[in-house]
Amino acid sequence: MTFGQLLGLDFVQYALIAGAVLGLVAGILGPLVVTRKMAFAVHGTSELAFAGGMAALLFGISVGYGSLLGAIVAALLLGLLSQRDTDRDSVIGAVLAFGLGLGVLCLALYKGRAGNKLGLLTGQIIGVDSTNLWLLAGSSVVVLIALAFIYRPLHFASVDPDVAVARGVPVRALSIVFAVLVGIATALSVQIVGALLVLALMITPAAAACRVTASPLRATVSAVVFAEVAVVGGILLSLAFQLPVSPFVTTISFVIYLVCRGIGHRQVRST
Amino acid sequence: MTAAVTLSGARLAYGDRVLWDGLDLEVGTGEFVAVLGPNGSGKTSLMRVLLGLQPLSAGEVHIKGGNRRIGYIPQQRAVDHSLTLRGRDLVGFGLDGHEWGTGLRGRRARRAKVDEALEAVGATAYASKPIGLLSGGEQQRLRVAQALVGDPEVLLCDEPLLSLDLAHQRSVSDLIDARRRSADTAVLFVTHEINPVLPLVDRVLYLVDGRFRIGKPAEVMTSETLSELYRTNVEVVRIRDQIIVVGACEEGQSHHLAEEES
Repeated sequence: MTFGQLLGLDFVQYALIAGAVLGLVAGILGPLVVTRKMAFAVHGTSELAFAGGMAALLFGISVGYGSLLGAIVAALLLGLLSQRDTDRDSVIGAVLAFGLGLGVLCLALYKGRAGNKLGLLTGQIIGVDSTNLWLLAGSSVVVLIALAFIYRPLHFASVDPDVAVARGVPVRALSIVFAVLVGIATALSVQIVGALLVLALMITPAAAACRVTASPLRATVSAVVFAEVAVVGGILLSLAFQLPVSPFVTTISFVIYLVCRGIGHRQVRST
Repeated sequence: MTAAVTLSGARLAYGDRVLWDGLDLEVGTGEFVAVLGPNGSGKTSLMRVLLGLQPLSAGEVHIKGGNRRIGYIPQQRAVDHSLTLRGRDLVGFGLDGHEWGTGLRGRRARRAKVDEALEAVGATAYASKPIGLLSGGEQQRLRVAQALVGDPEVLLCDEPLLSLDLAHQRSVSDLIDARRRSADTAVLFVTHEINPVLPLVDRVLYLVDGRFRIGKPAEVMTSETLSELYRTNVEVVRIRDQIIVVGACEEGQSHHLAEEES
C-alpha cells in the first residue's frame, strides 16, 4: 500500500484529526502549565488516566471514559491535597505511584487482547475510532470554552498570585478548575500518544515556546504550532516508517525544544 | 477632606486571639498613613480586611468606591528568570486581570492605558523585556504602574520598599507621593521602617500586640508612646531627620532585622 493510499484510510484520517485537535488543546494549555510549574502534575495525572483506562478495560467500559475519570480524580486529588506549593511535589509522587500500581493490577487481571493493554502506555493511534473521536472533540470544545472564560484571571493568578488575590481573583478555585481542565486534556492525550509521552505534547512545545519569547500571546501561538508539527508530523512519519507514533512525536518536539533553547540562549530572549 | 478609607469600631480576632479592637481610622483623600508595628501585630490582616479578603469580627469598614478601587503594591520578590511575562503584561493585569474572559477583546484600549501608566513611572524603556531580567527597582516601578493603571482611590502598599537599595526606595516612594498629590489618592503604607517615607507621612498607625496609636509621626514616634505600646522601656532617638527606635526588643527587633531576612 502506498503512502497516499494509507492517507485515504478512515482510521488514518481519524488519527490525523484527533492529533490536530490534541495539538491545539495541548498547545493552548501548555504555556500555563509551564508557568505554573505543573509538568510533574501532568505526568502524575497521565499515570492516573492510564490506571482509569485499564480499570475501564477490566470492567468492560469504554477506555476513553475510564481514562477521563481517572485523570479528573487525579486532578481533584492534586488540587485538594496540595494546598501549599511545598507539598505539591511529594503529593504528586504519592498519587502517581499509587495510580501506576492500580493500573498494573488491572493490567494483570485483564484477560483480553494484549494490544489494548499497551496502547494506553505507549500510544496507539489506530485505537481512535469515530466514537472516540467524538468524545475527543466534545471534551476539547468543553475544555477550550471553559478556558476562554477563565483565561485572564487564571493567567493573572498564575504569574502574579499575591496581587491577584488582592484584586479579588479566586486563585484557589481557579487552580482546581485548571487542574481539572488539564486532567481532561491529559486523558485525551493518553489515547493518542500514551500515558508515558503526554509530556511531549503538553510540556515540550510550551517549554520551547517560552524560550524564544516573553510575550504570553506569542508563546501560546508558538506552542500550538510546535505541538501541531510534532503530533501531525509524528503520525505521518509513523505511517511512512510503519513504526509506533510516540517516538516520532517525542523526537520532533524534542528537536524543536533544542532549537528554541539555542535561539533563546543566543538572543537572551527578545520579545 | 473626605474619607477614602473608614474603619469604625473595627475588631479582628482569630478565636481567642484579638489582633486589634475598637480601631477607628479615617484616611482622607490624598492622605499618607504609615502602618507600623512588629511582625504578627495584624498589619497584614488589616490589609486583607481593606481588600475585602478578611471579614471583620466586629465594626465596619468602608472604602470609597469599593474594594475594586484599591491599587495594591506588594513587596518586591524574586521573579523566575524564565517567566514568560513582560512588564506591560504585569501592568495590564492591574487594569483588568480580574475580569473573566480571554482578554483578547479590547486589547487596543488596554494597550493605550498601559502605555500611559508605563510612561508615568518611566518604565517605557524596559516594558517589553522579560520581567525576570529586570532589577528589583525596575520591577517595583512596574508594580507602581500596575497599581495606578486602574485609577485607584486608595493605594495599599505592603512593604513596597523592602529589599530595594536607597536610591530605588527613594524613587518608588516619590512615585507614590506624586500620585497622591496629583490625584488625591489616599495611601496606606505598611512598613517596618518609617525613615524612607518619613517626610511623606501625614499620620502613623502603630500596632503592637492588640494595642495601637494613631497620630502624627511626632506624636506617636516618641519614647513615651512607644514604651506604652510595647509595655517595655523603649527609647526613640532622632538623629538628623532619622528616627531610631531602641529597645523595642522581642518582635520589635523586626524594625531592622526584617530587611536582612528577605
